[in-house]
Amino acid sequence: MKTPGKMLPKIWVFMFKKPVTVRYPKQRLEPPEKLRGKMKFYIDRCISCGLCARDCPSTACRMFEIDGKKRPVFDLDFCTFCAQCAESCPKDAIEMTAEFELAHYKKGEAIVK
Amino acid sequence: MARVKLPIGPQHPALKEPENFTITLEGERVVDVDIRIGYTHRGIEKLMESRTYTQNLYLVERICGICSYAHVVNFTQNVEAVLGVQIPKRAEYIRTLVLELERLHSHFLWLGVAGHEIGFDTLFMYTWQDREVVQDLLELISGNRVNYAMNSIGGVRRDLSDDQRKKVLEGMDYLEKRAAYYKEVAINEKTILARAENVGILKPKIALKYSAVGPTVRASGLTMDIRRDDPYASYAEIPFDVITTDTCDVLGRIVVRVLEVFESIKIIRYLMEHLPVGEVTMKVPRKIPVGESISHTEAPRGEDIHYLRANGTERPERYKVRTPTMANLPAIAEMLKGSYLADVPIVIAAIDPCMGCMDRVLLLKEDSEKPGDLISWERLRAYGIKWYAQRGWEA
Amino acid sequence: MGGIDLILALIYLLVFPGVVFLFTFSLFTEYMDRKLYARIQRRVGPPFFQPFADLVKLASKEDILPEKAEGFMFTAAPIFAVAAIFAAFLYLPIVSTTGLHSFNGDLVVVLYLLMIPTLALFLGGWYSGNVFGQKGGMRVASLLFSYEIPFFLALLSPALVVGSWKMADIISFQQTHPLTLIIGVLGFVIAVVSLQGKLERLPFDIPEAETEIVAGPLVEYSGRRLALFRLARDAEMVVGTGLITAVFLGGPLPLVSLQPVVLTWIVGAVLFLLKTLFVILLLILIKSAVARIRTDQMISFAYRWLIPLTLLQIFIIIIVRYAGWIP
Repeated sequence: MKTPGKMLPKIWVFMFKKPVTVRYPKQRLEPPEKLRGKMKFYIDRCISCGLCARDCPSTACRMFEIDGKKRPVFDLDFCTFCAQCAESCPKDAIEMTAEFELAHYKKGEAIVK
Repeated sequence: MARVKLPIGPQHPALKEPENFTITLEGERVVDVDIRIGYTHRGIEKLMESRTYTQNLYLVERICGICSYAHVVNFTQNVEAVLGVQIPKRAEYIRTLVLELERLHSHFLWLGVAGHEIGFDTLFMYTWQDREVVQDLLELISGNRVNYAMNSIGGVRRDLSDDQRKKVLEGMDYLEKRAAYYKEVAINEKTILARAENVGILKPKIALKYSAVGPTVRASGLTMDIRRDDPYASYAEIPFDVITTDTCDVLGRIVVRVLEVFESIKIIRYLMEHLPVGEVTMKVPRKIPVGESISHTEAPRGEDIHYLRANGTERPERYKVRTPTMANLPAIAEMLKGSYLADVPIVIAAIDPCMGCMDRVLLLKEDSEKPGDLISWERLRAYGIKWYAQRGWEA
Repeated sequence: MGGIDLILALIYLLVFPGVVFLFTFSLFTEYMDRKLYARIQRRVGPPFFQPFADLVKLASKEDILPEKAEGFMFTAAPIFAVAAIFAAFLYLPIVSTTGLHSFNGDLVVVLYLLMIPTLALFLGGWYSGNVFGQKGGMRVASLLFSYEIPFFLALLSPALVVGSWKMADIISFQQTHPLTLIIGVLGFVIAVVSLQGKLERLPFDIPEAETEIVAGPLVEYSGRRLALFRLARDAEMVVGTGLITAVFLGGPLPLVSLQPVVLTWIVGAVLFLLKTLFVILLLILIKSAVARIRTDQMISFAYRWLIPLTLLQIFIIIIVRYAGWIP
């Protein structure tokens, strides 16, 4: 006859060990370096081709007239952090950093220019 | 005893996603089940028609959170078939790696959810803790824990470094130990056996009649696995076994999924040792020529079929998705008849329901309509106002 | 003298070990329960004031009376439960061999008072006007048939050893004969398992199975009434484990008796707390190691295993007494 409670040995051991919860924000886990977080835009490499805005799946990247040239503006409220813009850019003007703590209070606050 | 109609869902702690099962009960026995779907229909198939193929890559992922990569693989395989290109071997291997990692995380998640449905919260917490290892690996490889955005049309977007390979192998060693522990506990723990044995029986003939797929049908003894029947990505070159048991009940499904974890670990180890060198992506044109294609993969829940019709422009003309949960739903009605009320959550959870994947619009016909009539916007609005007025709320 | 007795009795009744003590101790046991359960699952668990915060939050929320519910019974059920438990607590020996009042048969009275919260849960579910609540209520009632009998019989077996229905006699007997626990260990195990069923905790928490009937009989309760039910549940745990401690583990008495009465009281209270916490630890271990079983499986488990083992225990006691090994 099988008795219930097969997990009891492990349970007894774990009762005395520390919990595995990471007490965020006092403790943090380091994200890997290639995490797709907020993007960084190098305006001097941009050639205004518009490929980033064409390929963005969520209209986060849109082209606006800035200083006489068309430049992309990234709205983080819409962004899905897929990095397609970084991939489509022929001049590597867009780079994804690992910054992911991007919460903000108002719509339209987080813009990358 | 009198028959009681009990609505399970759409909001219910047993269901992870909204769905309505109206159960007719006689005492504690289920006599009849009436299923209604449509609570999370998002219209993705229609949305895909107005986006380019590159944009669709990211929309297809979001059909589901747990089996997202299977959908992306299907999509890219469809487009690559229409284009007639063959992607590099290293890309195929990396795709298979992420597919198997996804299967691992999905099965661990499922074990935890099944434990939670029968009240075994300790198992739930332990399996989800181990699943974190898989999630960390996926984050390392692809940059995100869910919705990996790993594919591009023509290959994968990121390469695998040697360091990541080592980490994957380390992770596999840890997971194998934990999976062995769960195998011992799940099959030998008396209370789990009491809840899962002889519950939710699905005989092979009925499973075939209702075209069930995935571990649900493999637990009834049928060897149906797309990875073996119609290999895609690099499954043709990898030795692995298709796990079946023949107990036809929930316990069989638990056993099948736990043993599949071992098979996935075996596959991943093979992939990591035999990774070919080469390119990971290739250039493809933006406009896809006219053509049709069907592609199916073995998602963690079963067979997932996608159909694409391209018409020479940048946007697909028609895309259709049929997910495994859609195929398993009619089988639920058969499984639930004759079982106890207490078994309903575990039987529903045993097919690993993912309603987000599968939802369709459900049209309910009123008596005055002709069959097959589409409801217009004005009639729908009037229906809504009337419904609320009947319950005492004024518009 | 009459005045001081009255004041002492009032302090006993209201403060220690009375209402305030029971209140704080039951909140503390709920904290221990949740914290240990969390640590077993490698989580952090709530801080120590969490159960109190929960009660305060619940008491301050809106108290909705559903339209289909029967108002009087719906409100009265939690009040019955709390009142019965608090009354039962007064008979438990916490600081000395007697509770507030001790008489022949108080063990049976406590057992019957402990049955009232279960019935109150059934009534609350039945009168809530919701099909989920009625199903939950019916499950509570059908479970009554399974674990009450082994619980009663297991707790009455030490009374058979001693030959008296008075808890004070049982405790004094255990102080003079410390080996009675060994004869009664089977009864102790059965009492702990049946108490798990009585408190409706895993693996026997079918009436309140969250994933099946959405909180069972408590589904329509909110606000103050729900706070009272939860308090009754926590206090039931204290009284149930206190009863097991008193009857099997020797209650608040140490192995040697101490002279000044006040010292006996303090030591007694501490020992009572420790022994009760030990039984609660056993309950928590059972809770975290198993899954929930179905109603029919539970009834079959009770009738196939618990009741025959209890009868075996009684048989053993009868043989031991007949053979004269206990004077």
